[in-house]
Amino acid sequence: MSLLHLAILLPLFASLFIPIIRRSLHRIHTGWFVLAVPVSLVLFFSRFVSEVAAGGVRMEKMPWIPSLGIDFTVYVDGLSLLFALLITGIGALVVLYSIYYLDKKESLHTFYVYLLLFMTAMLGVVLSDNMIVLYLFWEMTSISSFLLIGYWYQKERSRYGAQKSMLITVFGGLAMLGGISILSLLADTFSIREVIAASGAFKDEPFYIAALVLILLGAFTKSAQFPFHIWLPDAMEAPTPVSAYLHSATMVKAGLYLVARMSPVFADTPLWFYLVSGVGMITLLYGSVSAVRQTDLKAILAYSTVSQLGLIMSLLGVGSLSSEGQQDLALAATVAAIFHLMNHATFKGSLFMMAGIIDHETGTRDIRKLGGLAQVMPVSLTIALIGTLSMAGVPPFNGFLSKEMFLTALTDLMHGGVRDLRTYGTILLVLGVVASIFTFVYSLMLVKETFFGKRNELPKKAHEAPVGMLVSPLVLVTLVVLVGLFPNALAKPFIIPAVEAVALKTPKVDIYMWHGFNLELALTILIFGLGAFLVLTLRKWNRQAGAGLFNRIYDASLVYGERSSTGLHDAVMTGYMRSYLVYIFGFIVTIVLSTLWLMDGFSLPDRASDVTAYEMILLGVMLISAVAITFARSRLTSIVLLGVVGYSVALFFVLFRAPDLALTQLVIETVSVALFLLVFYHMPDISRKEERIKFKLGNAAISILVGATVTLVALSALAGREFASISSYYIKNVYDLAGGGNMVNVILVDFRGFDTLFEISVLAIAALGIYAMIKFRKTGGNPR
Amino acid sequence: MEIIMAIAAGVLVTCAVYLILSKSILRIIIGTGLLSHAAHLLVMVMGGLKTGDAPVIKDGVTAYTDPLPQALVLTAIVISFGVTAFFLVLAYRAYQELGTDNIEEMKGNDSYD
Repeated sequence: MSLLHLAILLPLFASLFIPIIRRSLHRIHTGWFVLAVPVSLVLFFSRFVSEVAAGGVRMEKMPWIPSLGIDFTVYVDGLSLLFALLITGIGALVVLYSIYYLDKKESLHTFYVYLLLFMTAMLGVVLSDNMIVLYLFWEMTSISSFLLIGYWYQKERSRYGAQKSMLITVFGGLAMLGGISILSLLADTFSIREVIAASGAFKDEPFYIAALVLILLGAFTKSAQFPFHIWLPDAMEAPTPVSAYLHSATMVKAGLYLVARMSPVFADTPLWFYLVSGVGMITLLYGSVSAVRQTDLKAILAYSTVSQLGLIMSLLGVGSLSSEGQQDLALAATVAAIFHLMNHATFKGSLFMMAGIIDHETGTRDIRKLGGLAQVMPVSLTIALIGTLSMAGVPPFNGFLSKEMFLTALTDLMHGGVRDLRTYGTILLVLGVVASIFTFVYSLMLVKETFFGKRNELPKKAHEAPVGMLVSPLVLVTLVVLVGLFPNALAKPFIIPAVEAVALKTPKVDIYMWHGFNLELALTILIFGLGAFLVLTLRKWNRQAGAGLFNRIYDASLVYGERSSTGLHDAVMTGYMRSYLVYIFGFIVTIVLSTLWLMDGFSLPDRASDVTAYEMILLGVMLISAVAITFARSRLTSIVLLGVVGYSVALFFVLFRAPDLALTQLVIETVSVALFLLVFYHMPDISRKEERIKFKLGNAAISILVGATVTLVALSALAGREFASISSYYIKNVYDLAGGGNMVNVILVDFRGFDTLFEISVLAIAALGIYAMIKFRKTGGNPR
Repeated sequence: MEIIMAIAAGVLVTCAVYLILSKSILRIIIGTGLLSHAAHLLVMVMGGLKTGDAPVIKDGVTAYTDPLPQALVLTAIVISFGVTAFFLVLAYRAYQELGTDNIEEMKGNDSYD
């Protein structure tokens, strides 16, 4: 176990002490102790920056289940390091923010335990090289996210949101496990590094496409891509620090990480390019249009997250183009994706924290009630302005730069080298521009409706937030501005190593504000112009959204699933024993007869013993009484007839030369009939009631089928007898070895004595059971 | 003889299944009784009938009937007797407590759901 392993597991170990700290040091906010964990991790991971920037990678191996090839291998390259720093850095800021956001009366220990669990899980996802370990941590993020969304479990909406996110992300996680399994079988290894190295060899395997689709399903559900985005807006019931951390900056980017990580494996496949870029673009457009129609601050931010994740996803899709002539374009798109991924984490984190501050200080998040907060909350206004303008893509903030790179990538794709991508590129560009317009609209709408206009009555008297709460968002918006002004400072330590990890090539990164007069500039002006026009006329065309189509589909499918399973259950499980017997008999008959038919297994035995007159008469007696039982009026008659059958069987045993059987059968039949009669004697009502069983055609058909099946199987088995009986051994040795003359008895007590022992136990248990049934009664019962 | 006995066992099974599918618990028990008779006969038949004398050592006899199926059937007879006796008393007690021997009325209470 190396220091890297310890770093990943540090939050998990730390979480063990949280309840103790909470209990013993309850006067200090538990968050202060937690803060030490992400801060030390940031310091730890920043040590790797220079090493990774120089092109180095770090790999540490720890055997976990070596016999299955599952090792906890930590692999640090540009991409992992970028994510690890995002996770720990924003984690530290979120913990700091939560100290002021959450009251000491809340159950802080559970909150921080879940949060630290999540931190370990997320670090594990981005740093694992082994796909099984990655999956393990992947599901850990799902579980900790579930716990955090349901943090205020007393609220119904929280539970609903938690359940929804759990169902959807676990669905995707399981699909991903399927993809991983296929991939590991194709490449014969669980190591991502080795899969990438071997990827050329299995591109034509039949299950390759299945692995691709399944892994993408995992990534799309986790990253809230269309149409799996529906869980994210409902996850906004979580405390705001959680929304800022999990549902904007880190967990939802796990899917992006997976796509970026797997890009070297799948990039050559056109399906990967079309799926990733297409779904990303649809998500971008759908998310931005939906965001405009929300009235809740966090819902707007949730849909905005959905749409920005779509943007990054589509860029990763374009970045996976690797055919000749498109290398530069693909590299540029990957650079844009990584750059926007970092930018989004900064501005979206700050915006969520701002939303939390407004909620905290005014008591509402509804933009219809908010307004005119500019005078009372100037710092929050500054944060919100910088965040939203960056999100809208306005210079000089970092969002502008990445949006420009996005537009450049799309225009290049349109002009791009290969002819058949032109139409597709044009469609993508149009969709991207429309989505950018709506992004602009909701970004400005957010600020305009919250901070400007008329001040309404609010649940709380609005005032500026405490300084501690403002520190984290201020740090983030400072980053927004700094990155906007000096973007190339990030290139060498972060962007280039990360892109190298994704595209396996070194990009040329040179980000600058001014591109000259070209199509992108025109598009930007178009976006700003149309966007501004739409913001000003917002009231005229915008109406609020109800539950979207996909939410209704999700809800309906839950209801339908439950109802249909109940319906099926009610239809099949009738509660009548007869139905179950019919199922059982029907199954036996179907399986056995169809096997006989399909295998052509039926045959008649060719050797048989002779038939005598005695036997025929006896057979007649037995069969007539057996059939008569079914028609008997009185139950007494049926008992007597059953006795007749039993005695006939005993006589058959005589004819078949089985004296011991005949003896036992006679005695036992006598006792049974006596027992039957005894029971009937004590049931006066029933013994007198004389009614025939009503003849039922269905029952008769089933019974005849079962009887015929038994006969057919018996005959076929008789015909197919292959080996001589082992009884010759018993016959030969019964006297020499066991010292007895009666073979049956010797077999029962000597050769196979164990059977007899347990048969005695059966009788003993039956006797005890009968005694207990008769003796032990419910007190206050009514024995007749 | 084996063919005839196999068919006879089939007929016994038919009657037994018909009884088991009926509503009265006592008829069901009678059905199980018939079913075990059928099974015992079937085991005997499958072992081969009348291949020699009864399986008791006697001077001068070389061919005996197969003793193994007989031992198996003897065990089966005893066990089915135990189970039948238990079932009978169970039916008797059920009738005492519930006042019915109709299996369809013994569906249990929906309030347990």
